[in-house]
Amino acid sequence: MLGLAAMAVLLTMGGAFASETNLGAPVPWGMGLQASGGPIKDAIGSFNTMVFWIIVAITIFVAALLAYCMWRFNEKANPVPSQTSHNTPLEIAWTVIPVLILLVIAIPSFRLIYYQDRARDADITINVTGRQWYWNYAFPDHGNFNFDSRPLPDDEIRPGQFRNLEVDEQLVIPAGATIRVITQGADVIHSFFVPSLGVQKYTIPGRIMETWMKADRPGLYYGQCNQICGVNHWFMPIVVRAVPPAEFEAWVGQARQRFAATMPATTIAAQPAAPITVAQAAR
Amino acid sequence: MAHAAHAHDDHHDHKPGFVSRWLFSTNHKDIGTLYIIFSLFAALIGIGISFLMRLELQTPGMQIFADGQMWNAYVSAHGLIMVFFVIMPALIGGFGNWFVPIMIGAPDMAFPRLNNISFWLLVPAFMLLGGSLFVGGGAGAGWTIYPPLSDAEYQPGAAMDMALFALHLAGASSILGAANFITTIFNMRAPGMTLHKMPLFVWAMLVTAFLLLLAVPVLGGAITMLITDRNFGTAFFDPAGGGDPVLFQHLFWFFGHPEVYIMILPAFGIVSHVISTFSKKPVFGYLGMAYAMVAIGVVGFVVWAHHMYTSGMDVDTRAYFMAATMVIAVPTGVKIFSWIATMWGGSMRFDTPMLFAIGFIFLFTVGGVTGVVLANAGITQILHNTYYVVAHFHYVLSLGAVFGIYCGIYYWIGKMSGRQYPERLGKIHFWLTFIGVNLTFFPMHFLGNQGMPRRYPDYPDALAGWNMVASVGSYIAVASFLFFFYVLWATFRRGAVAAANPWGEGATTLEWQVSSPPPFHTFDELPRIR
Repeated sequence: MLGLAAMAVLLTMGGAFASETNLGAPVPWGMGLQASGGPIKDAIGSFNTMVFWIIVAITIFVAALLAYCMWRFNEKANPVPSQTSHNTPLEIAWTVIPVLILLVIAIPSFRLIYYQDRARDADITINVTGRQWYWNYAFPDHGNFNFDSRPLPDDEIRPGQFRNLEVDEQLVIPAGATIRVITQGADVIHSFFVPSLGVQKYTIPGRIMETWMKADRPGLYYGQCNQICGVNHWFMPIVVRAVPPAEFEAWVGQARQRFAATMPATTIAAQPAAPITVAQAAR
Repeated sequence: MAHAAHAHDDHHDHKPGFVSRWLFSTNHKDIGTLYIIFSLFAALIGIGISFLMRLELQTPGMQIFADGQMWNAYVSAHGLIMVFFVIMPALIGGFGNWFVPIMIGAPDMAFPRLNNISFWLLVPAFMLLGGSLFVGGGAGAGWTIYPPLSDAEYQPGAAMDMALFALHLAGASSILGAANFITTIFNMRAPGMTLHKMPLFVWAMLVTAFLLLLAVPVLGGAITMLITDRNFGTAFFDPAGGGDPVLFQHLFWFFGHPEVYIMILPAFGIVSHVISTFSKKPVFGYLGMAYAMVAIGVVGFVVWAHHMYTSGMDVDTRAYFMAATMVIAVPTGVKIFSWIATMWGGSMRFDTPMLFAIGFIFLFTVGGVTGVVLANAGITQILHNTYYVVAHFHYVLSLGAVFGIYCGIYYWIGKMSGRQYPERLGKIHFWLTFIGVNLTFFPMHFLGNQGMPRRYPDYPDALAGWNMVASVGSYIAVASFLFFFYVLWATFRRGAVAAANPWGEGATTLEWQVSSPPPFHTFDELPRIR
């Protein structure tokens, strides 16, 4: 009964979603990084902007030097070439200055990778398994149910949805919660890649790897498999759907029933840890 | 008697008959010519494949490729062909063979027969790789052939084995060639040609040969293990048998990263010569230039895992590889600024080789700075394996190494063939190429920023715009490549007879002291370098 109610809530929310959702997806003629959905992507974005302006400045500097040489030191303007071939101070300068520029880049860069590395005080954990050619998501904190997330073929795409990016079962997460992502491989290597949340990790057979993600706001965040994995490499999208914590709780309740068959018998008997987790997520 | 016959050959520039000259060749110039012809032929196929790829990607949806496996096989073949059968044969086998002995005043390479087999190993290698496209579903695991996707379970059939044997043969060819270059450069320099007087192209080839000698055997080991995993039940890379897929990645990139310097260093050498020649100035900071290449070579061996930021290495290891990778920007910057300083104060002529050299400097800078972006593991977390990476490595290879090849061909074609290229056609070719490749690869930065993964035959509709632009650019680039064949035809057909030194006072290296083309045996007596 509760499940049905939750389902109804979900459906109506889902409908409301389509109009006012935050989208992490490519846009036509987009040139920069995708819109950000969370703090990791925010951090990557601001660091990327800094590095971008540095490299633009370097490129313009080199182009300007080349242009000046071509204008000032061509055969007509400068018929007699100099024979200078050494200038030690200059050579030291163009060795040391790039080192300094690299230091300016390196310091925030180190800070960024340590921030990205793994979740501190994760609210929930999600296991991601890449398979040929779909994803499997498991929720060990919520009874360890798991489900497959398969791509929607073109003829099932509804208006407003994105071809090649939609799945039948979205990965639902609570907005504002810190989510530990554990990736593991099953057949070949895949890569769990959601650019708008700033997260990417291979799923490698025989390995268990950890990363994390966080969506600040409810919304849909799209990604695609990003490591060549066979014939349908291009057709195993990822949809992360961040919802308000209460809605996440409802979804979990509903998912535990729908995917009950995937849960270990003992965890079904002992009732959920879900409300606690959502309370944490709401912090 | 034998001695008399030999002397006879020398004095009258007597050439052997067709079969013994071209099939059993031991002459470095003839083998160099064979390498260049081979490379042009392979480029027709490699570029032809990229044309098909851009046709497929021009609009969303699957149009010309049957399925993803066929696509993957063609993408992999494009990468392997361009790396092993176009860029390396042209720069190392072609120009290296032609000009290293002449520039150091040696009569030939140290091991002429080894030189011959180096070339002829490439031919069956190329046939195996080309053939693999038509066997079963092809070898569709990317040029990086990561297991488990390259294992027998996921790439059944002979195609992958054919590709692996192709790599083995091409690798053996490279190792033999590298040994030959190192021996030649260390032992056969003319009197007075000290290491610190060697032209920069020879320095570039020396560093390249060392990289080949140290890196390619590691690839050989990795693919041998892959072959036994596939065929003989071993489990080096299979976790079910105690192996590890990530081990392959480490081995592959321990080869793969030096490999990118193997492709670009010879181009560095050529560009140094061309800038100096057409600025009528000696190379600025010669020693800095030479040792920058040595530094790039050395550091290039300790940065390999920056290709594996998302493979689950711990964060401290990533931090190390990030720092080491950024270090490479320093010697690279030294080279860029030294080239500009070589032009500074010069008296520049803008013949076609110079246009390609200046284009090289600018576009290599663009590819270099995006490399600095990608060095940052934090950013690469969302750019890894996207089109941003595709744009980056095509800027340094397709617009770097390939511009280096064109630069070398226009610079030396008069020397090699005795006929000078038609200048106007060369310039048209440059501009067509410049526009085409930039239009192709620049929008790929945007696609990568937007999250488009590489090795995709179909993509979300939002990415259609820039993909269309890139495809149009690639058609121009393909047209420019075909136009290049017309330039070659025009050169041989009606090119002016080339003087020994068509470039004037700026061209100071030894190849400009001998006739164009040089006699079959370049030096009757060793030149003496003051």
